[in-house]
Amino acid sequence: MALLNTEGGSLGLLDKFEILHMPMLMDHKYFGLPYNSCEIDIPKAEVGLISGGITDEMRLRIAEKMRRQCSVIVALGTCAAYGGIPASIDSFEDEELFGGSRRGAEETDSETNSVLDVPKFLGRTFALDEKIDVDITLPGCPPHPDRIAAVLESVINRKSLDWPLKAVCDSCPAKREGKGGVHKIRRFVKNARYQVNKPLSEMRCLLEQGFLCMGPVTLAGCAGTGGGLPRCIEARVPCRGCHGPVRKGGNQLLDILNALASNGIDTKDLAGRFLPHLFCGARAGLAGRRSVRTAPEF
Amino acid sequence: MLRQTEAARSPVFAKEIIIEPVTRIEGRAKIGITLDDTGSAARVRFHMTSMRGFEKFLVGRPAEEAPGILACISGVCPLQRHLAANQAVEGCFGTKVPPAGRLLRELSQVLAHIGSKTLHFFFLAGPDYLVDSNRYARNIFGIVGQDPELAKRVMQTRYRAQMMLEKLAGRCIQPDAIVPGGFSRPMSCLERDELYAGALEQLEFAGFAVEFAKERVFPRLETELMRLGDIESGFLAMVNTEDGSLSLSDGALRLMRPDGSFHEFWGREYSDFLGEHVEPWSYSKFHYAQGWGEGFSMDLDNPLGIYRTNSLARINVADCISTPLAQAEFVEFRSRFGRPAQSTMLYHRARLIELLHCCEKAVELLEDPRITADHVRNEAVPREGRGVGCVESPRGTLIHDYSTDKDGFITRANLIVGTSHNLAPINMSVTRAARDLIRNGEVTEQVLNRIEMAVRAYNP
Repeated sequence: MALLNTEGGSLGLLDKFEILHMPMLMDHKYFGLPYNSCEIDIPKAEVGLISGGITDEMRLRIAEKMRRQCSVIVALGTCAAYGGIPASIDSFEDEELFGGSRRGAEETDSETNSVLDVPKFLGRTFALDEKIDVDITLPGCPPHPDRIAAVLESVINRKSLDWPLKAVCDSCPAKREGKGGVHKIRRFVKNARYQVNKPLSEMRCLLEQGFLCMGPVTLAGCAGTGGGLPRCIEARVPCRGCHGPVRKGGNQLLDILNALASNGIDTKDLAGRFLPHLFCGARAGLAGRRSVRTAPEF
Repeated sequence: MLRQTEAARSPVFAKEIIIEPVTRIEGRAKIGITLDDTGSAARVRFHMTSMRGFEKFLVGRPAEEAPGILACISGVCPLQRHLAANQAVEGCFGTKVPPAGRLLRELSQVLAHIGSKTLHFFFLAGPDYLVDSNRYARNIFGIVGQDPELAKRVMQTRYRAQMMLEKLAGRCIQPDAIVPGGFSRPMSCLERDELYAGALEQLEFAGFAVEFAKERVFPRLETELMRLGDIESGFLAMVNTEDGSLSLSDGALRLMRPDGSFHEFWGREYSDFLGEHVEPWSYSKFHYAQGWGEGFSMDLDNPLGIYRTNSLARINVADCISTPLAQAEFVEFRSRFGRPAQSTMLYHRARLIELLHCCEKAVELLEDPRITADHVRNEAVPREGRGVGCVESPRGTLIHDYSTDKDGFITRANLIVGTSHNLAPINMSVTRAARDLIRNGEVTEQVLNRIEMAVRAYNP
């Protein structure tokens, strides 16, 4: 959907690219015409954009086929890059999640699994690069349309992308006065302190105001390629970390705990907080975590 | 996939048909059709193939984090999830929203509907009626080739609607500016003026869209295609409690029977009237009107407990629409099609009436001087409680039901998404379409696309 939000409504992209397969907009079907193949049919293309984590057998088959058919594979969005929020359900057993529903159809062909079934779930949610080779990872929830366009342009122009690995804080103009006055993280149950109609640069850093802002441990660039302000913070809301870790393989939960502890901020209440590992749960180290809640003190 | 089974008798045609994926919808789905020996559709199943199960992991979390989490679980109806979650948290905490906060939220809601409805009519469903039936051209790109000026206007207008929402709510997909107690920041007068100009443009476009559809789409849709996916059902939607007018954000739920009689209830009473049915072949649950006391059945000849939500439901259950241009269209709709109107294809006309209403509402909200007030949020004080948030999403009635403990952590959560109300009706509509269109095992690509059109009307 983010593709449709490029400048001018994606008209500019159509001058440069031909879209061959996109289920949301086009009628190409996986099993051929008139639906007489067991093999997934996806046309060959220079670039394949895959969004979403790998959660079931069908998504895995599609991803594997895309890898075979496309010269360049882009993991589009934080779910594809890191598992995203859907990975959060990995902490639970199927019965807890689905209750009385069953996984897959009750009726099956005795010799083969019926293709009339819903797809079988895999053991957990996988990031795309845990299952296929990925050439470009573009995090974001969703990625800014500018960045999607830039990735596509880089492919056709055979140029590598040069996005510096910076944290959100590096692009945030909020005032820093030191975190010395913060000892505990506050819950975001009232608005941050800022002057109405004044720019963001006159608002004190949200972390310094005591809110759990994931800016220090989140990759910058959620506002696109034009150097825009971090979108959540511009709305005066703490960064929720949806752009993923600053470096691939980073652990936002551990990183934020380190960042807070190094500033003398009590982190024991964060053990049960969901936010720090909200978007990156697909990695084996974070899958299967169960929450431990402690009541915060105000 | 077409495949002969071991037990095939006189196998002169294939017995199983898969339509996968169902294309030109925002969700992920497939349709499986089994033919009998005469080549007619014996069994038809519509599956939503994405499964979320998010209620469980909300439990144990600080309730005020739920809106930010739920906004990000999908790109389909994110703002409405965000809004319903905030309402549920406010219900738990007993928090009231100040007037400016309510206005900003309502503006966010109608802007989100505008983008969604424009997307659906022109990008998703529209190609079925606007371009050649060739499947390679039957899409927005085909419209670009066939009528570039129309395509340009549609794409750019929708883009600008999305950017209006982005400016207001932080981002157009996965918003973050709606918070428990109100809105995260006030609107400046400059922002209001910019959005007002944009709202006027959207309103002009909505008027054009309605007239365009009356000329180019509805004549065919409401004649030769009128019976496509036809079923009989009740309807569920929100109405304004003062005058029974169509409401998208605030009001009571009205559950209407097929005969037009209805019952109203508050959102927090939903479980007294709406039940869940489980089928072994589906991850998703099927909601039905248990309050009618007749049980659940998707039998086309004797449906039980079946109701629909989304645009057609909202037009059917409402007594009127509060904005004048949409009200005029509403009156015409009612006089031509009665109440409740049952034809599945009328979802498209209903959706455009709503588009017109949302644009008028955006203008009206931006003309309200209170919308630029500084006080946009009251403090939400965590406490033990139960809250139910109800909003109308483009897909249907969205219900979020949370309970919290004394520290404001979620102890229980139940979510009903818009499309899940329509799962049983969609199954019935595709069954109807398949039975009507597939004869003697003759299955063409155009026939199968017609079956998908019965799904697209619901915009799942």
